[in-house]
Amino acid sequence: MTDLTPSQTVGPFLHIGLPWADGSFAVAEGTPGAITITGRLTDGAGAALSDALVETWQSGAQPQRGFGRCPTGEDGGYRIVTVVPPVQPDRNGAIEAPHIDVAVFSRGLLNHLVTRIYFPGVEENATDPVLRSIDPARRGTLIAAEVPGGYLFDIRLQGDKETVFFDV
Amino acid sequence: MDLPLFERADNVHPPVVFPDYRSNVLRAPRQPLVVLPQNLTEVTAPVFGQDTIGPTDGDLTRQFPDEPLGQRIIVHGRVLESNGRPVPNTLVEIWQANASGRYRHVVDNWPAPLDPNFSGAGRALTDAQGHYSFTTIQPGAYPWGNHDNAWRPAHIHFSVFGRAFTQRLVTQMYFPGDPLLPLDPIFNSIPDIRGRELLISRFDLSHTQPNWALAFEFDILLRGERSTPFESGADHDD
Repeated sequence: MTDLTPSQTVGPFLHIGLPWADGSFAVAEGTPGAITITGRLTDGAGAALSDALVETWQSGAQPQRGFGRCPTGEDGGYRIVTVVPPVQPDRNGAIEAPHIDVAVFSRGLLNHLVTRIYFPGVEENATDPVLRSIDPARRGTLIAAEVPGGYLFDIRLQGDKETVFFDV
Repeated sequence: MDLPLFERADNVHPPVVFPDYRSNVLRAPRQPLVVLPQNLTEVTAPVFGQDTIGPTDGDLTRQFPDEPLGQRIIVHGRVLESNGRPVPNTLVEIWQANASGRYRHVVDNWPAPLDPNFSGAGRALTDAQGHYSFTTIQPGAYPWGNHDNAWRPAHIHFSVFGRAFTQRLVTQMYFPGDPLLPLDPIFNSIPDIRGRELLISRFDLSHTQPNWALAFEFDILLRGERSTPFESGADHDD
């Protein structure tokens, strides 16, 4: 193996160091086309994760930050304000559907979990190489639901309808 | 598209499922992880400017009118890629317990004193050579409920972005010679002994400041770019 620094859990006290006052805003409030993504994090027993942190990253939002960071609340909920990113070519020239990469940090996770948010009703979803690499029965866990004012993207760490997580 | 490709990190990180760490049992995914090819989103990362850093963010002993109690220490090192290339201008965030082993956090209620002059949080940007430095207080060990008479070894939490989403890392820095390390399931979750050793800082006399503070050096090694432009691709051909 190569010498690389290993991951350790973010632990239960991440709120001391990581949340930012404006962390939820991957784009500035009032940006044309801004959307709000909300969702809840739950564990294998269906209980809310009230001590987790969700980070989102998308390319193509520049010059805006493109990065969002939100600790979960008592109900396991998070909220990110951003824009739907454009389609983009992958390294082989195929088209990737609009997506946002997500990192989930929490007590109990020794490594952060990585998932992706896709958007409903997007034509390119049908040919997106990453979505197509996933068992069709589980693909739906990566597609947000349209709700008034934005999108809903719940993250189930374990159990029934477990979210698809990636090894990057 | 001509995109960088970062080496994989096989056998570096703890396993996804590790029940010796009790909180892992209901939170670790049970389905296998799906390999995500590295495309534009994965090989880029947010860029943070100097305006992200406040004047006392790098010195946790000067964030209040009075000094915190405890052993003053300097924690410094470099953020590097595995091929030795420094990662400049990347955000490094830390948080830690105070000298008594108590976090300034609502859910930490074990009976050790809080320090009104210590937040436990700091952040810094690496310089052009990938170097960062914090002045802080040696954190104490503290008990936790994982198993009978369980104590976490003294540690400082680190969060590092790097220049790509693939490099994002949250970890913990430990101190040399800590007798609690061999007993700690979080530390022992790292599969390779060499990896565990990389999380133990080194006492650094050359940066220890006379009549002021002990120094510890902690380098952070992130995945570097693969030298070959070819990806095996076999595991995620489509």
